[in-house]
Amino acid sequence: MDMKQPFEKLVVLYGATVLRVCRAVVGPAEAEDVWQETFVAALRAYPELPADANIEAWLVTIAHRKSLDTVRAVRRRAVPVSELPERPSDHGLPEADGEVDPIWLRVARLPDKQRQVLAYRYLADLPFNDIAAIVGGSPAAARRAASDGIKSLRATAVAAAEGESA
Amino acid sequence: MNTSPQPLGSSTGLGPVDLVISPELVKIEPGVLSRLHAGLAERASREGVLDVAYRVVETPVGKLLLAATERGLVRVAYEREGHEAVLAVLAERLSPRILEAPSRLAEAARQVEEYFSGRRRAFDLPIDLSLSAGFRRTVLQHLSEIAYGHTESYAEVARAVGNPRAVRAVGTACATNPLPVVVPCHRVLRTDGSLGGYIGGLDAKSSLLRLEAVAA
Repeated sequence: MDMKQPFEKLVVLYGATVLRVCRAVVGPAEAEDVWQETFVAALRAYPELPADANIEAWLVTIAHRKSLDTVRAVRRRAVPVSELPERPSDHGLPEADGEVDPIWLRVARLPDKQRQVLAYRYLADLPFNDIAAIVGGSPAAARRAASDGIKSLRATAVAAAEGESA
Repeated sequence: MNTSPQPLGSSTGLGPVDLVISPELVKIEPGVLSRLHAGLAERASREGVLDVAYRVVETPVGKLLLAATERGLVRVAYEREGHEAVLAVLAERLSPRILEAPSRLAEAARQVEEYFSGRRRAFDLPIDLSLSAGFRRTVLQHLSEIAYGHTESYAEVARAVGNPRAVRAVGTACATNPLPVVVPCHRVLRTDGSLGGYIGGLDAKSSLLRLEAVAA
């Protein structure tokens, strides 16, 4: 029997996780728009979702697509280029805004794929199999991207800590 | 900031997790999610993808769930029915596109509030009877004709809908009324004047009858 729960439950259960993922992937400034786009799209498609689907992975997949749209739009606004190079995003962070915690800047400087994989692994708690299906490539590649991202975040954290104590 | 270098130095420890789950990446300021939720309900409604909107209102007979489709009010539920369970049934029978969207039910909430304060004698709301069919629906349509402050017996209702022997079925129709309070099944009593049953409990039924007796 198809026992699909009311969509309200999904928002209550996964709203916070999706917001954390959006913040990590597109940055705090654009995150709420992406959250909104994600849940509207999910609500629209919800009746067709198979009853046994992994809802969290499904929502993160939608959030991932909406993030790509947003990141493309932000970059289009920033620099008029025709190709999208794989490079650290500007993350939609207002420059020289003292309010932004340094962790966001460090996350923002990660290459796109590492940032996405870290968000989906550690903020949404998805297995690498699901993550590979979302970002493309193999689970092993996703695992590598996560470990590279961790290494790089760790290095900048150490540098920051040393800078503070110096 | 507490980025203690200790776990960072070890290459085998759980450094990655506590580094990535830095509190700044996880914390969500109070009010943010409810603001996002309200924006979502607003937009979903505008774009026609919100099939069932609901809100919960406080009344003298407890919290009432009010749910509406685009056609009108489709369900009123007492707390004792279990609002979660009621929403799950709506998801199954109508559509799982359900959100708490108080603004879509502003008018219904206002009229319910007026009713309980004795200032309203009849509801003037679009009603969606799609949860009720056949004979039960016929009974519900008749119930709305029983005036405020008046009562009928189950037998009288059966006669009024042209099926005098269906007294028991009238009882079932009242007991499964998806819109209690608004469709006044509380105005139907046993022939001897005793209360009979009520989806909101007998206390609620007598509260409504008392309210209407005083205000009438």
